[in-house]
Amino acid sequence: MTLTAKPPAAAPSAGEPAPPSTPAPRRRTRNLRTWVQGGGLSTLAFLAPMLIVFAIFSWSPIVQSIVMSFQQTNLLDPPTWVGLDNFAAVLSDPLLGTAILNTLYFAVLALLFGFPLPILVAVLMSEVRRGKGFYSALAYLPVVVPPVVAVLLWKVFYDASPTGLFNTILGWFGIPAQPWLQSSATAMPSLVLEATWAAAGGSIIIYLAALLAVPPELYDAAEVDGASIWNKIWHVTLPQLRGILFIMLILQVIATAQVFLEPYLFTGGGPNNATVTILLLIYRYAFQNSLGGDYGEATALSVMLAVVLALLSWLYFKLTNRWSTS
Amino acid sequence: MKSPRKVVIAGIAAFAMVGALAACSSGGSESGKTELRVATFPPGADAAAYEAFDAQEKQFEKANPDIDIIGVEYEWEGPTFAVQLAGGSLPDVFTVPFTDSKTLLENGQLMDVTDEIEELGYTDSFNPVILDGVTDADGRIFGFPRQAYAMGLHYNRTLFEQAGLDPDSPPTTWDEVREDAKVIADETGKAGYMQMTQNNTGGWQLTAATVARGGSTQTDNGDGTYTSTIANDGTKASLEFLKELRWEDDSLGSNFLLDWGSINQEFAAGNIGMYTTGSDIYTALVRDFSLTPDDYGLTVIPIENDGGTLGGGDIAVVSPTVDDETKAAAITWIDWFYMQKLLDEDAAVLDAKTLAESDQAVGTPLLPVLNREAYEQSLVWIEPYINVPRDQMTPFIDGIWEQTPVGEPKGKTQEIYALLDPVVQAVLTDQNADIDALLEQADAEAQALLDE
Repeated sequence: MTLTAKPPAAAPSAGEPAPPSTPAPRRRTRNLRTWVQGGGLSTLAFLAPMLIVFAIFSWSPIVQSIVMSFQQTNLLDPPTWVGLDNFAAVLSDPLLGTAILNTLYFAVLALLFGFPLPILVAVLMSEVRRGKGFYSALAYLPVVVPPVVAVLLWKVFYDASPTGLFNTILGWFGIPAQPWLQSSATAMPSLVLEATWAAAGGSIIIYLAALLAVPPELYDAAEVDGASIWNKIWHVTLPQLRGILFIMLILQVIATAQVFLEPYLFTGGGPNNATVTILLLIYRYAFQNSLGGDYGEATALSVMLAVVLALLSWLYFKLTNRWSTS
Repeated sequence: MKSPRKVVIAGIAAFAMVGALAACSSGGSESGKTELRVATFPPGADAAAYEAFDAQEKQFEKANPDIDIIGVEYEWEGPTFAVQLAGGSLPDVFTVPFTDSKTLLENGQLMDVTDEIEELGYTDSFNPVILDGVTDADGRIFGFPRQAYAMGLHYNRTLFEQAGLDPDSPPTTWDEVREDAKVIADETGKAGYMQMTQNNTGGWQLTAATVARGGSTQTDNGDGTYTSTIANDGTKASLEFLKELRWEDDSLGSNFLLDWGSINQEFAAGNIGMYTTGSDIYTALVRDFSLTPDDYGLTVIPIENDGGTLGGGDIAVVSPTVDDETKAAAITWIDWFYMQKLLDEDAAVLDAKTLAESDQAVGTPLLPVLNREAYEQSLVWIEPYINVPRDQMTPFIDGIWEQTPVGEPKGKTQEIYALLDPVVQAVLTDQNADIDALLEQADAEAQALLDE
């Protein structure tokens, strides 16, 4: 017996939109008059506020930062064009290699800890019959805590003295006090642990929503065939979640490549540069290295990071396109 | 048009949005007075500090009815300074540390106040060494030096007592600092000694420790170029001192990622026995970090091998973006608020009285920005209002005049401090850290910065 992963076409779930009842409009010749007659002006007028806001607050900074990556400026005097100097300076920075490796380390750890955990929790929670809302709220609670507050809270947990919260708990089991943030070896895993705690709730809610869309008939069929819980998860749940899993994976890769808050607030990149990430380096270029601020170098590195992430995303979708739509 | 009503509604919505955005940039005085936004305290200062400032604001506005003072919370932060400046969110009058004034001068980020300082007759009053820090190559002056400090060794008298040490006899050598730190750590479980390590303060304090041991991290070649000398005996001895306290004595506690704010917080909370920072920190410790005054003790930083005490301070400056009218008001304010209390008895007494009435620190040990006589004279004027426990600072007050103040390195100061942060952190977090190799690497990187 083969378990099919495809939902039966004749059984749309309640949340799905109804199929279009009218045929698609005929293609019309697009000229200004017909556009105006077709209500184009009112459409544009309705869109205008959003377009203006987006242009001012979203697109214009992107364009400005690309321009700035070829300039030297202190934001006060007129900027001067320096060609590719900013990119050359960034690429020759001895800290760049450290930052890239640290960011990759964070990303790998975050994927190992942070990617499977929410799936597992969501699957387990979907099996719960009573109090689902309570567990959802409980899982989502860390997301509601403001990130800075969460970091301050975890700083207390990570107190490296034997009387620190985590170290006290370890002490109950005879495990010696750990340095947590105070050692190059343990600092990054400590950051990942907190980041996973902080972000897992959001992912769990998304997976839970996706799980609701899995047709129950599939499980019924699997049960008739005598499938165990593990078989049901492996052959029904995960294939049904495939699309969302692919999206969540690339979103997580993009997010972890831009990790800033945790290293900035927990360790400032220390100890001994063990938690300097690419974004922290960008921040340092712009705000820490010099009072004038090397905004050109900061934006140059930002542009490079954005290009790499865009390429990575494109490659990822190219590679996974066939699987995710199968 | 199919639906003119829709268009009208959408148009109104669009105009309302644009109007709201445009309104964000509106401003200006409605009272007819010159509005002057001046730096007050860092966010987090206690209510009494604002009461004191409020009283001073009223006194100033009474004497200068055409100026409307607006206090703005302000804390000097190199990282955000340029953005605040460009974004127009800096106060019109604010203070910057000596260390950063040179870079700001070079960047054209300070207002030229040469004519005003000369008109006020200060030029010859200032300590020339200090005035030099705010003067450019053409002799133009860009700020009013208003406060200077020397590095001091700050200690917790209560922890000293708990450890069985005499708080009236603080250590005078680095060996004694090490011994006392170990006793405090062993007896109280707190950090006996600690040093800043983060956000450029690691480099700052390592430089101070180097200078105290007769070393220097940089040579000024006098022709606008600098040579890095980070790999020197003083810096090496300073790092070895930290290594011994950390790995042999275990007397530095367990938190090795501290900057100016967090070390002050830890000290005020009674978790650190001794640390080094500017002698003027007492004001911030009580005002911003709720220090118990009885806990506090201050002595001079130990000196070896003909070393000195790293000095610093800050200057009152005017934002380079203000108009002439605001600039004139700014100079009036700086003269009244910062300078007159150093020069004029009535102003000094009024300032001290106002601060004391609001329980603000009066009499924190400083270094003179004018000259020693003027400084000591001002202390005599305000003597009845001095409320800081100067008897707990006696070792510093008596000993500081025997020490040679040394200015901070001038070339790429903050960048090189930042380079040294990981060096200090490495020594504190890696038992096998190779100090020589770390210094050689930092030296090469610093020289590359200086050669840019």
